[in-house]
Amino acid sequence: MIKKEMIAMLLAGGQGSRLGVLTAKVAKPAVAFGGKYRIIDFPLSNCINSGIDTVGVLTQYQPLRLNTHIGIGIPWDLDRNIGGVSILPPYEKSSSSEWYTGTANAIYQNINYMETFHPDYVLILSGDHIYKMDYEVMLDYHKDNHADITIAAMPVPIEDASRFGVVITDKDGSILEFQEKPSQPKSNLASMGIYIFSWPVLKKALMDLKDVPGCDFGKHVIPHCHEQGKRLFAYEYNGYWKDVGTLGSYWEANMELIDIIPEFNLYEEFWKIYSNNDIIPPQYIAEQAVIERSIIGDGAEIYGEVRNCVVGAGVTVGTGTVVRDSIIMKDVQIGNGCVIDKAIIAEGARIGDQVTLGIGGAVENRFKPQIYAYGLVTIGENTVVPDGVQVGKNTAISGVTSIEDYPGGLLEGGETLIKAGERV
Amino acid sequence: MRAVGIVLAGGNSHKMKELTHKRAVAAMPIAGSYRAIDFALSNMSNSHIQKVAVLTQYNARSLNEHLNSSKWWDFGRKQGGLYVFTPTITLDNGYWYRGTADAIYQNLDFLKRCHEPYVIITSGDAVYKMDYNKVLEYHIAKKADITVVCKDVEPGEDVSRFGTVKMDGSMRIEEFEEKPMIATSNTISTGIYILRRRQLIDLIEYCAEEERYDFVTDILIRYKNLKRIYGYKIKGYWSNISTVDAYYQTNMDFLRPEVRNDFFKGHPSIYSKVSDLPPAKYNPGASVKNSLVASGCIINGTVENSILFKKIFVGNNCVIKNSIILNDVYLGDNTYIENCIVESRDTIRANARYVGENGVKIVVEKNERYAL
Repeated sequence: MIKKEMIAMLLAGGQGSRLGVLTAKVAKPAVAFGGKYRIIDFPLSNCINSGIDTVGVLTQYQPLRLNTHIGIGIPWDLDRNIGGVSILPPYEKSSSSEWYTGTANAIYQNINYMETFHPDYVLILSGDHIYKMDYEVMLDYHKDNHADITIAAMPVPIEDASRFGVVITDKDGSILEFQEKPSQPKSNLASMGIYIFSWPVLKKALMDLKDVPGCDFGKHVIPHCHEQGKRLFAYEYNGYWKDVGTLGSYWEANMELIDIIPEFNLYEEFWKIYSNNDIIPPQYIAEQAVIERSIIGDGAEIYGEVRNCVVGAGVTVGTGTVVRDSIIMKDVQIGNGCVIDKAIIAEGARIGDQVTLGIGGAVENRFKPQIYAYGLVTIGENTVVPDGVQVGKNTAISGVTSIEDYPGGLLEGGETLIKAGERV
Repeated sequence: MRAVGIVLAGGNSHKMKELTHKRAVAAMPIAGSYRAIDFALSNMSNSHIQKVAVLTQYNARSLNEHLNSSKWWDFGRKQGGLYVFTPTITLDNGYWYRGTADAIYQNLDFLKRCHEPYVIITSGDAVYKMDYNKVLEYHIAKKADITVVCKDVEPGEDVSRFGTVKMDGSMRIEEFEEKPMIATSNTISTGIYILRRRQLIDLIEYCAEEERYDFVTDILIRYKNLKRIYGYKIKGYWSNISTVDAYYQTNMDFLRPEVRNDFFKGHPSIYSKVSDLPPAKYNPGASVKNSLVASGCIINGTVENSILFKKIFVGNNCVIKNSIILNDVYLGDNTYIENCIVESRDTIRANARYVGENGVKIVVEKNERYAL
C-alpha cells in the first residue's frame, strides 16, 4: 500500500494581477525572483527540506512556464518512484467540468489524488510567498495539540492586519475567532495561507462544502470547521515572510537581497533553496564594467555599470550603459549607452541602444494607477524597446514596440504601452 | 544508437604538481563552473551517445562525487547509462590498470555485452566541443579501421607531452611518434579514437595475450602499417590541461570572447553537476575587471583578469590579479594574490601575500575555517 504521512498541495493557479505585465503570460508563482529563482522555488524547497516528498501543484492560469520549470521535479529531488511532484490542472469529468473556482474548490477537485497516498495530514500551501519554513516543526505542533487544523500565522503591524485573514487565539494558541480581511482587526496575528489539516477533517469539510460557489479556505472551509467545533490552532511564525503581490513589494523584496547581510539570507548552507538552473556558465565582468552592491546570476555578461541591482542569468548589459536600482530578469539584453533607473525588466526583453528608462517626475499611471506605481518602469517579457527612446516613471511596456510607438521618441511618465504583437 | 563511449579518466599527472594531490586530472575544475570531464561527457550526450563508461583509477573520490548522478548529462536512461569502472580484484586479475589498453581489457565484458557497432574513446582531461557523429561519418567514409582525432598546433609549440602524427594525402596516418623529444610534425593526437567495437575487442584481446598494455604504443603505433588508421582534424578549440601551465592557460582562454561564446553560448551546451548556489554578490568595495565569476561568490575586494570558481569569499581590500581561485575558498581581508592558482576548499588568512614570480604559483594553506 502507498502511504505518506503528510503530503503537500501547492496552490499555483493564481494570476497575481497586481504584478501587471509581469504576469501577463506567466502565473505569479513562475515569476523570477532574486537573480536565479522563481517564486515557487521557495515553497517547493521548503517541502523537500522539511521531508515532504509528495507535492501536488495545482495550476490553472498560464501554466506553461510553471510546467517547464517544474518538469519531473529534478531540481528539488522531487523525482520519486512513489509520490514526487505532480502537476494538477483542472480536467474534464464525466458529470461536470469546471475550472478551479476557489482555493478549496481546487483541492476538492483533487480528492482522488490525495486519497492515493493515504495521508494522515495534508499541508496546504500557496505558491506566491518568499520564506523559509520547516513544515515538520509545524506538524509536530499540530500533533502535540491534537489539532484538526493548524494555521501558520505571523504578527504584522496592526494597521496592515486588515489586508489579511486574522486569527484571535487564547494563550495556548487555540483559535477562538477568525476574521477574513476585517476592517476592525481584533488581533495582529495574520494567517499566512499555510494550513495543516488532519486528512479526515479536510475531506469531510470539502465534501460538506462541495457545492459552495468559489469555495475558499479563508472564507468557507476554516469558518465551517470552526463552527463544527473542530480544534483549530495557530502556529506562530516569526521569520522572514514576504508577500510579493505588488510591484512595489516585489521590487523591495528583491532589493533587500543585496544588503550586506540580508535579512533573508540565500548564502546560508542550511536550508538551501533549489531551482531549475538551465544556465550554468560563470558570469563575465568586462574590463570597463563597474558593479556595486548587486547580485548577478550565472552566465551574465556585464560591460557597463550596474549599481543596486538584481540581475538574472544570461543577461547582457552593454558598454556605457548604466543600470541602477533595477531588477533585470533572465536573458534580458540591454544595449549600449542606456541609462536605466528603477526598472523591472522581465525575461527575454530586448532594450536597444541609447535607451533611457525612468526619467522625469513620478506621474500617476493613467491606465492602472494601483498597479504601475512606486516610480517604477515595468517591462513585460520578450518586449522589444527600440534604440534611442526615453521612458518616464510609473510606466509599463509590453510587446514588440518600435520607434513609432514613442511620440517624439518619448513615453511620458504614467503612460502604458501594450502591444499585442509577438516577437518574431 | 550507433556507438558506445569510453572516457579514460584514470590518469594522474605529476606535471600538475599539488593540484592532483587530491583529485584525478579529469576532476579538475574548469572555467568557473565545470569539471574537465564535463566536456567529454557533454559531447557524448550531445552526440546522442547514451551508454558511456568512465574508467577511473587514480584518486577517484572527487571524480566519483562529481559523477554521483548521471542526470546532469542526461545519461539516466533505461537504454544505456553512465558506468564508472574502477579496477577491482577478480578471480583472474589482481592488477591495477597497467595502461589504457589494459583498462579497456579489464572491462571487456562491458564492451562484449554492448550491441552498438562502434566505440568512441576519449580522455577526460581535454576541453573541447565535438560532434562525434561527424567523426563517425568520416570513419565510415574512409573505410578506416581506426580514426584518430588530430589537432594542428602552432609550429614551434612544445609537443613533447603529446603523440605526433604524419598523414599522407588521403589522411591515412603514416607515422606516429609518442612524446617526441624533437618534433617532426605539428599535428598531434588528441586521444580521441573511433573504431568498430568488434575490432577493438580483437585488438585488445590480442594485446593482452602478448602482455601489452598501452593503446598508443601497442595498438596505434604497432598496427599503423597493418590497419587503416586515419586522422580527422578537429577545427575548433581543443586544449589538454594536464600540466600546471596548460591548466592555467586553458582557464584563462575563457576570458577571450571567442572561446567563451563558443562554450557558454553556442549550441549545444556543456552540462555539469548543479550545485544550487545563490547568484554572485558584489558588496561595496568590490571592483571586478575582465574576470569570470561563478555562482555563490561574495566579493568585497578587487579582482582583475582572474577566474573565481564557485563559492569564493573575497574579503575587504583583497587584490586578486591574473589568478585562478578554485571552488569554495575563503580569502581573508587584505590578501594579495597574483599569478596564482589557489587550491579548492582552502581558507587564506588575512594579510596573506602570494605572488607567482616565475610562472604560476600553487597556493595551498590547508587552514581550518572558523569564519562564516
